[in-house]
Amino acid sequence: MDVIDTLSGITPGSRLDELRSRRPEAREQAQATYDALFSPVDASAISLVERYAVASFAAALFDVPAAEQHYATLLSFTDAGLAATVAEAVELGRGSGPYGSFSGDLAAESQPGADLVLLPHLADALGARLTAALQHTHMLVLHPRDSSRERLEPLVEAGWSADGIVTLSQLVSFLAFQVRVVAGLSVLVAEGSR
Amino acid sequence: MSTLTTPTEVSSPPRFTQDSLGWVPWVQPLAEEELTERHYEGLVQPQRAKNPYFRLLARDPEVLAARTRTDLDIFYNTAGGLGRAERELGAAVASRSNGCVYCASVHSGFATHYSKRGDDVQRLLDEGVRADLGDDVWNAVRDAVVALTATPVRFGAAHVAALHEAGLDDAAVLDVINSGAFFNWANRLMLSLGEPETT
Repeated sequence: MDVIDTLSGITPGSRLDELRSRRPEAREQAQATYDALFSPVDASAISLVERYAVASFAAALFDVPAAEQHYATLLSFTDAGLAATVAEAVELGRGSGPYGSFSGDLAAESQPGADLVLLPHLADALGARLTAALQHTHMLVLHPRDSSRERLEPLVEAGWSADGIVTLSQLVSFLAFQVRVVAGLSVLVAEGSR
Repeated sequence: MSTLTTPTEVSSPPRFTQDSLGWVPWVQPLAEEELTERHYEGLVQPQRAKNPYFRLLARDPEVLAARTRTDLDIFYNTAGGLGRAERELGAAVASRSNGCVYCASVHSGFATHYSKRGDDVQRLLDEGVRADLGDDVWNAVRDAVVALTATPVRFGAAHVAALHEAGLDDAAVLDVINSGAFFNWANRLMLSLGEPETT
């Protein structure tokens, strides 16, 4: 059983276990991605606690409860104080997506929406790197089409390297996938148990 | 080497298109001559070293390798399940919904290639995710992927029922979930690390 099975409520030998086994490489490599992100061979560009903090924040904004709880637990075992700070930031950041602006002929389709504004005491507790990371994560989760070159500058100013920005982006983007697979499989699990 | 690339004049596509587009990175990719054995393992297919997007993602080789193998199985493992055209449609719907013009160009083109239904695909691009895509299967895939792409996720039992009613089995439903979910990963990388360019 991998993390997706656990979060979706899939048990060994069940119908959903068999169904997932028809895409064996996708199943194995989704778990391999999780392992590469959370048991990295090199954590110099983004530390483990930074990974847990970003994951916990992202999973909460994606609003898939099983995943939210999983990543909140990882963070609180590592740094309970930081977990409390991230939980406060989540309450400031919740929203419905995907929104964001378009340009060119698509401008009429724009749905402008909020950026994350962290209160000073939260920014102080998070420090510059995680403050910039959570602001970027909020955009990636809820309004990714608002991305721009300018929006990468606060990360660079807060000390994020190119390697760190790539792993940060992969982490949030992988979670966008993982939580949706969990949400989808959970519907199928519930159907089977009716 | 600076973290971000030097800004250049980019000709942005003004709308969604099935035409082939370029992609210009904002974060500095590795140079080809910097690539080590570990990076090539991350690239999986050595010819990807020519592509700046993959040379950028190669900055985390272990994640890139696992991402690439996940992608290939979801889209190219044709043992049962959803048709190739419908998997590409799922990718295109997620991309249209999130607003990734680059991803939408690639995968709408693939959907047209495999289905020969270029007009239906073009309606998705022109009118958006409420467009009538021409039959029950495509419209059910559209609704399922739009609901899966929303935050909070709105995908539920009614979407599964509509997919079944359109004639899809559970293996195909799993492929709809996988292909739609995977593009929520891919869209965020392409959108946030660089931009599309008309070529």
